[in-house]
Amino acid sequence: MTTGIPADEWRQVRGLVPEVLGALVRRYGHFDACEDAVQEALLAAAVQWPVAGHPASAKAWLRTVASRRLANRLRSDGARRRREEADAARTPVAPLDPTPAGDDTLTLLFLCCHPALSAPAQAALTLRAVAGLSTAEIARAYLVPEATMAQRISRAKQRIRATGASFHLPPDAERSDRLRVVLQVLYLLFNEGYTATAGSDLVRPDLTAEAVRLARDLLRLVPDDGEVAGLLALLLLTDARRPARTDADGALVPLAEQDRSRWDAEAIAEGTALVTGSLATKPVGPYQLQAAIAAVHDEAATADDTDWPQILALYGLLERVAPGPMVTLNRAVAEAMVHGPGAGLDLLATITVDDRVSGAHRVDSVRAHLLEMAGDVPAAHAAYVLASRRTTSLPERRHLLARAARIAEAEEAALAEPAEPAEPADPADPPARDAGLRA
Amino acid sequence: MKYMLLIYGNEANWESIPREEFADIVRRTDALNQELLASGELVGAYGVADQLNAKVVRVADGTTAVTDGPFAEAKEYLGSFTIVDCESLDRALEIAAANPAAAYVGVEVRPIMHEADLEM
Repeated sequence: MTTGIPADEWRQVRGLVPEVLGALVRRYGHFDACEDAVQEALLAAAVQWPVAGHPASAKAWLRTVASRRLANRLRSDGARRRREEADAARTPVAPLDPTPAGDDTLTLLFLCCHPALSAPAQAALTLRAVAGLSTAEIARAYLVPEATMAQRISRAKQRIRATGASFHLPPDAERSDRLRVVLQVLYLLFNEGYTATAGSDLVRPDLTAEAVRLARDLLRLVPDDGEVAGLLALLLLTDARRPARTDADGALVPLAEQDRSRWDAEAIAEGTALVTGSLATKPVGPYQLQAAIAAVHDEAATADDTDWPQILALYGLLERVAPGPMVTLNRAVAEAMVHGPGAGLDLLATITVDDRVSGAHRVDSVRAHLLEMAGDVPAAHAAYVLASRRTTSLPERRHLLARAARIAEAEEAALAEPAEPAEPADPADPPARDAGLRA
Repeated sequence: MKYMLLIYGNEANWESIPREEFADIVRRTDALNQELLASGELVGAYGVADQLNAKVVRVADGTTAVTDGPFAEAKEYLGSFTIVDCESLDRALEIAAANPAAAYVGVEVRPIMHEADLEM
């Protein structure tokens, strides 16, 4: 939201949303209407505070204004009011109890990440009702018209109402499965924001930062779940490389070629401590293992110092815990780094990926990389070009085409010098150490 | 993920369809677009004017030349396009199948390039 309020302060105001919304819903029911009312209160704050001055208590102000908006809303629509009242009579509303605000955040997260919603709807609703972003901001983040996003959110709320979900934590029996959905939503939010242009684009809200913030909140509320710690660690350890992953022209820099002095050491330390602690005491899960792999990468002072045998072992574990072609693909890269490109290519040959799986093109890009390691320049070139045609990511396409061009030039240079026959790429050469773009 | 759904055709294709049947296609297309709008998946749906109106612009040495289009010699031309933002390729294919044109000329589904780049 473009407000006259400094970004940091506005982030704090947005942080009050779950508490304000939770209090309203517990008192009046009607998640849908309360959520709209809280958004209206935020909008009013953005307009009024820079002019009239900030209230002593932002939370009390938002709650008062949102309650008033809610009352107006319910009064102004008689038909709706009668319907709401009928609804309310049917569903007993929990009394306004002194539930700690944290529980409201958790309840809201479960509600917004309801399994009956599509992934885009879960993400949009979470950003609005938990992160406190406006519809316009969410629409900008996803590069869709505001009307499209407004409909998506409104449909999501309708669907939640239709499921009869109440504003309570899911029963214990469902808790664990529902928590996996919440983690998946936060993971996708992070990925959506992890673009080559992130950070330079002031108009688009930073979804990676929102995902990290929500994962932090979630860990505070569910400290005993190792996978929550694992997800936060994974996000921190990945985000830590952001300053180094694009060059001055915005082109992707593969992990092996990144200037590691530009990595965020604080985020790496925090992520590593989180995942180390949870692996030591909690049942292992896929987010923890992915975080552990990221931590091994991030711990290496140079690409050559990477502990590939450990990464290979971790991918072996990950494959057992959460098998899938994308995990095997990553294991093939580690296999090549430990036992040579031939071993990686052999493993790669066992993978069949339906081209509807997101990331299916990565089989080609990994094959290209392993072929390059093996010194088979023509086949590597062809595989890079194929991968560049298959990907739907623009930065990745540019990167793959640059790789193709680079090995073709190297080959030409070698051929132009007849005294020195072309030799297989040295596996110790930094470009060949690029673990298939990302390992 | 965003997808572009493209429908190609030519006058012969469309003129071979009886008038009432064609009106029904239009009605069902409108209904589909309304449904996609309501679900929050529709980014935009557009019909393009007849190829007689197409122009091709070329700039050479700073001089702009405009000629009558279309750009490529083809038997079928772009007639309309829809952009959706939906959960998966499968959902995009389902939307394409729901388009009445799928039963006549087919619907081409093309993923739209994005900036996101998973490192994980």
